[in-house]
Amino acid sequence: MSRHLSYVLLAWFALCAQPAFAALEIQTWQTPGGARVLFVESRALPILDVSIEFPAGSGRDTPAESGLANLTLRTMRLGSAASAQTPAMTEDEVSLRLADVGAQLSASFDVDRAGYSLRTLSGARERAQALEILTAVVQRPAFAPEVVTREKERVIASLRDANIKPDVIAARAFAPLVFGDHPYALRAAGEVETVAALQPERLARFHRRHYVRGGAVIALIGDVSRDEAQHIAQSLADDLPAGEAASSLPPVQALQQAARRDIEHDSTQAHVLLGAPGIRRSDPDYFALLVGNYILGGGGFNSRLTAEVREKRGLTYSVYSVFSPYAREGAFTIGLQTRKDQAEEALRVVRETLERFVHEGPTQSELAGAQQHIVGGFPLRIDSNRKILGYLAVIGFYRLPLDWLERYPEQVARVTLDQIRDAFQRRVDPQRMATVVVGGAPAASQRTQP
Amino acid sequence: MPATRDLKRAATGALFLLCSLPALAADPIASFTLENGMRVLVQQDRRAPVIVSMVWYRAGSMDEQNGLTGVAHVLEHMMFKGTADTPPGEFSRMVARAGGRDNAFTNRDYTAYFQQLHKSKLPLALRLEADRMRNLVLNAEEFAKEIRVVMEERRLRTDDQPRSLLYETFMASAFKAHPYRTPVIGWMGDLQNMTVDDARQWYERWYTPANATLVVVGDVDAGEVLEEARRWFGPVPVRALPPRKNMTEPVQRAERRTILHAPAELPQILMGWHVPVLRDVESDWESYALWVLSSVLAGNDAARLPRALVREQRVAVSANASYDAVGRGPGLFVLSATVARTQDIARAEEALLAQIRGIAEQGISPGELARTRAQAVAAQVFQRDSMFGRAMQMGALDNAGLPPGSVDVQVRRLQEVTAEQVQAVARRFFSREAMTIAVLEPELAVPAPDRQ
Repeated sequence: MSRHLSYVLLAWFALCAQPAFAALEIQTWQTPGGARVLFVESRALPILDVSIEFPAGSGRDTPAESGLANLTLRTMRLGSAASAQTPAMTEDEVSLRLADVGAQLSASFDVDRAGYSLRTLSGARERAQALEILTAVVQRPAFAPEVVTREKERVIASLRDANIKPDVIAARAFAPLVFGDHPYALRAAGEVETVAALQPERLARFHRRHYVRGGAVIALIGDVSRDEAQHIAQSLADDLPAGEAASSLPPVQALQQAARRDIEHDSTQAHVLLGAPGIRRSDPDYFALLVGNYILGGGGFNSRLTAEVREKRGLTYSVYSVFSPYAREGAFTIGLQTRKDQAEEALRVVRETLERFVHEGPTQSELAGAQQHIVGGFPLRIDSNRKILGYLAVIGFYRLPLDWLERYPEQVARVTLDQIRDAFQRRVDPQRMATVVVGGAPAASQRTQP
Repeated sequence: MPATRDLKRAATGALFLLCSLPALAADPIASFTLENGMRVLVQQDRRAPVIVSMVWYRAGSMDEQNGLTGVAHVLEHMMFKGTADTPPGEFSRMVARAGGRDNAFTNRDYTAYFQQLHKSKLPLALRLEADRMRNLVLNAEEFAKEIRVVMEERRLRTDDQPRSLLYETFMASAFKAHPYRTPVIGWMGDLQNMTVDDARQWYERWYTPANATLVVVGDVDAGEVLEEARRWFGPVPVRALPPRKNMTEPVQRAERRTILHAPAELPQILMGWHVPVLRDVESDWESYALWVLSSVLAGNDAARLPRALVREQRVAVSANASYDAVGRGPGLFVLSATVARTQDIARAEEALLAQIRGIAEQGISPGELARTRAQAVAAQVFQRDSMFGRAMQMGALDNAGLPPGSVDVQVRRLQEVTAEQVQAVARRFFSREAMTIAVLEPELAVPAPDRQ
């Protein structure tokens, strides 16, 4: 075992000698108003990427106002009020002025985080115009009533369209089984009735409360100097509503017992989900579970689940397991789809594979393979500005150590067989899982199968 | 010299036109041909110590025969089932243990295989690809399992997806003669009847050096890549390629309309017209004008289609225009809309047509043209952040018979498109009788409990 570990560490040091690693120097500071900033200067391409995010994800919703956080974020880019320097803009003006300089603005949204990222050419004219729009979008959204009404219609139409799809039906049944009445159980985009009830003034109030200076995390990478980055971050954050980030979300309760839901559907395939609350971003078991899950079902063709369900039996195109780490415990999820009459067989194989993995843990050879893959593949995680921007945003938002990315390979290389088995046995109980099957064969027809 | 060497530099014309933007010109592409006919394209990017390596075969679903639809994609799956030296599953395991990721994709025009790795692992990628180019083991047992996986893939991505079914129906209607009419995944009946011998014949026909291009982007020297390519692919014997028929789609003389009823909540419209694609990157102005037309229609949230259909008339949840100028087969210009309500279908169809008509009659504004140019230039710069994206672009151009280093020429030619040219293509190609339309009309098979 020690032989193997030193092999991996050697590989890691060899990689670290590459200049690209030395070049990834993260600078960090706070704006006067309390926004956290992370910056990497990268001059190779004439591009600037900027993201600004807030603790304003769907975890801030309540059952009665499910969809509020999403609708707020989505409407923020559709028109803004005037400031001392900038006139008011309609939604068309926002879109056209971005397009005029070739800039791309995209929203990001999950249970914890909500925000925008901007990609622009770094030339002075393009950059100034693009940043002026990003600033207006996050600081002064107009929430014009007719725009809000129309966006509600669009969201509701999409919800209705999604509501009859088997994968969506499965996910909607799965979340409350896993999260109970925790806000992580709420659907990110909301429900038809709750979205229909949202009013423009409510969106404005949500914005004033949650898009505040003290909660902002700004990440920048690209062709600007530290001074320029500092100026950009400050003008993005300065005129945000004053205030501190909202308090942390309530804890997620572990499942007390197994639960199962079967839902009929006309699809040709059954969609199967099983899982339970998993891990937090700052979880002490993070690396043990990450490496272990690669072996169980995160490693694509090299995972046990794919070997058992797809390669040996041809039961599915895709089977996976995943931990989704958030501020609180996100779900540990296993998913697959298979022809209706094969659902029970596939589910049985998944359960056996999981039980055996939790009981026995991985083999030495599997662990070595996983570590070699994750450590050796580390450079691929940071081979573009866009990927690095994503890591900067995560490190800033979850207050991870600044050397988190740099120490990532080392942390992976240190994980032992005992740690993985121990972590899975404490954190994943195959006897207490939530299971959802949508479109499985009805019990009667199952018995008639040869 | 066992290979020809042809180092292409960024076109000076592009540098001249775009000189206001620093560091814009793309990095040079080195291109070689091995003695056995295999092509090698290399582009250097030293920002990170990694490479992406791809092998593209000019064999996609458009090369299939009736009764054998889907075989290109099935063979792609079988390419991971091992050789004499590499047991099933070992390919991906070796790449993963080297810290890499690998996969493959099949399209109408090609099948391509890729690995992303630390730069020191390039020889591993080339060794494994060269091995399965000539030594693939196709056995009936592995085939029997894998064909079931492919059928599950079809169920997942097509049969249970009303929009995918609509697209399949639409393409089968827009093309009557050209094999673009069949789905890449294949018809279910053909998958059910497929045998391991069908896969073998496909492999023997198309998986040969003269039908393949190696594309490498990353922290490498072109000379080193060429040396490694010679070492691993050089010994793969030459095998004659069967002659290819140059298939064309006959002129469409009557409108084609298809209504698909499927379980969905929102209606969907797809409308297509046959148009040219790029064959000569310098002189084919119509392709560039069509490219601009699609951008003026749907290049941003306030472009003509989303503004008219989504924001003003509110008949659609989304509206789009798409045109792919790069491909081996015939071109299709597609307008699409996700319609807000079933009773809005006719209005949405009319609104889509009205937008094309508006440009045919009144042309486009200088602001629209300038915006399209700015977006095209920026998009090409942004593309350079992704090594995978660059490799895809080079591979796709080469596959379509275009110079892989012609991106700068294309961006320059796009800048030169005039408003009159955009109006000219809007007038020329979008007649009623040349239109194919497919409409998804919702049929609610499942009760939607939260319907109000």
